[in-house]
Amino acid sequence: MIPRIEYYKFENLSEALSYLRNNPDSKIIAGGTDLIIQLRSKKINARKLLDISRINELKYIQDGSEYFRIGALVTIEELKKSKVIKDYAQPLWRAVNNFAVWQVRNTATIGGNICNASPAADTVPPLIVLEAKLKLQNIERVREVKIEEFFKGPGETIIERDEILTEIVIPKKNSLWRYSFIKLGRRHSHILSIVNVAVGLKMNNTKIEDAIIALGSVAPTPVRAKNVEEYLRERQATSKLIDEASREVVKDIKPISDVRASAEYRVEMSKLLVKKALNECLDIMK
Amino acid sequence: MGRWITLTVNGSKRRVEVKDNEILLDVLRDKLKVKSVKAACWRGECGLCSILLNGKLVKSCLVLAVEVDGSEILTVEGLARDGELAPIQRSFIEHGALQCGFCTPAFVLASHKLLEENPSASEDEIKESLSGIVCRCGTYYEIIEAIKDASKHYQVRKKV
Repeated sequence: MIPRIEYYKFENLSEALSYLRNNPDSKIIAGGTDLIIQLRSKKINARKLLDISRINELKYIQDGSEYFRIGALVTIEELKKSKVIKDYAQPLWRAVNNFAVWQVRNTATIGGNICNASPAADTVPPLIVLEAKLKLQNIERVREVKIEEFFKGPGETIIERDEILTEIVIPKKNSLWRYSFIKLGRRHSHILSIVNVAVGLKMNNTKIEDAIIALGSVAPTPVRAKNVEEYLRERQATSKLIDEASREVVKDIKPISDVRASAEYRVEMSKLLVKKALNECLDIMK
Repeated sequence: MGRWITLTVNGSKRRVEVKDNEILLDVLRDKLKVKSVKAACWRGECGLCSILLNGKLVKSCLVLAVEVDGSEILTVEGLARDGELAPIQRSFIEHGALQCGFCTPAFVLASHKLLEENPSASEDEIKESLSGIVCRCGTYYEIIEAIKDASKHYQVRKKV
């Protein structure tokens, strides 16, 4: 049993939103794979639960001409099996392939992984690199925010108490972009990341025109490695440049020591994984 | 005091009264007496409470009972047909794929689902799919052999 709670369930979005407007003290449950544990251990206290898991209008993967749209209630397993995601959102697909375990992927949703706001959330660095936006909806309006501006700290986001994350919007970019994603954990699956890294490089022959790099589990929120990006931009991709740029990551991260790894280890691994992810993008020396 | 929900458990309709904060695992074991579903870690780590919920493998310790009103649940009790064990169950016995037996219902159910979906699962796919269930006796080798051996029965079934 978890602490006493009142449970409410709605099967359409507008009903859920109007409930939420009148009951801002509610906690939203989708897959519940993190929330149930947090409620049981009293890390999160809530009096009311709003179950949105049966809102079918938030379960879709749409392949449009300029954007992909992912409904917030799409499960991690559905993303893993999606050809659209595999073909056009490579780093996200790589992340969901190594995500928790089968049972959890079957239930956990992409919206939940984002809103839970774990610094180690595996879907977030790939979504930052893909320049995803989040649609936040309340009973009156919809607003769009960049995913990297969504997080305030561990478990904290800018979402208002009457809003639901309804959609993840990923712009389709031109084919000059290449991507990679690497997760380091103590084993392949079923483990929180010690460090995770997503990289996107826009190449013009051997020149790096643009770079976006994001890391998880090395700061209170997932972070952009802007110093590394700046170091790479408009430069020829050589192994010397990759070496030097990777070391810049120490300026972008602020890791802590916890049960999974020490801060020192995270710093060393961040440098190494950024380098490895960049090289994977460039296909030079693995 | 609570609310009544209806579940179809291993083919039979069951009505049960649950509180809003009750975990599905507790309701299955304590109220519906489905004892193959094991309670161990309570936080989604050991996988021994795995069930098939509307055809999907999930951990019943991470689900509230009220969430699944109207759902279909399959546990290892529902695998045998007319007193005849499912091929995966026979294979576990033939390979001695257990020691204490506590994790066996979860492994049997998960591998049954895996082979139904993917009867030609490779060893790597078997390992990945089952990585969310732990066996503290360490009978993984025998479990994997049992699954590989049982897969031919599921390949035949899929062709029919």
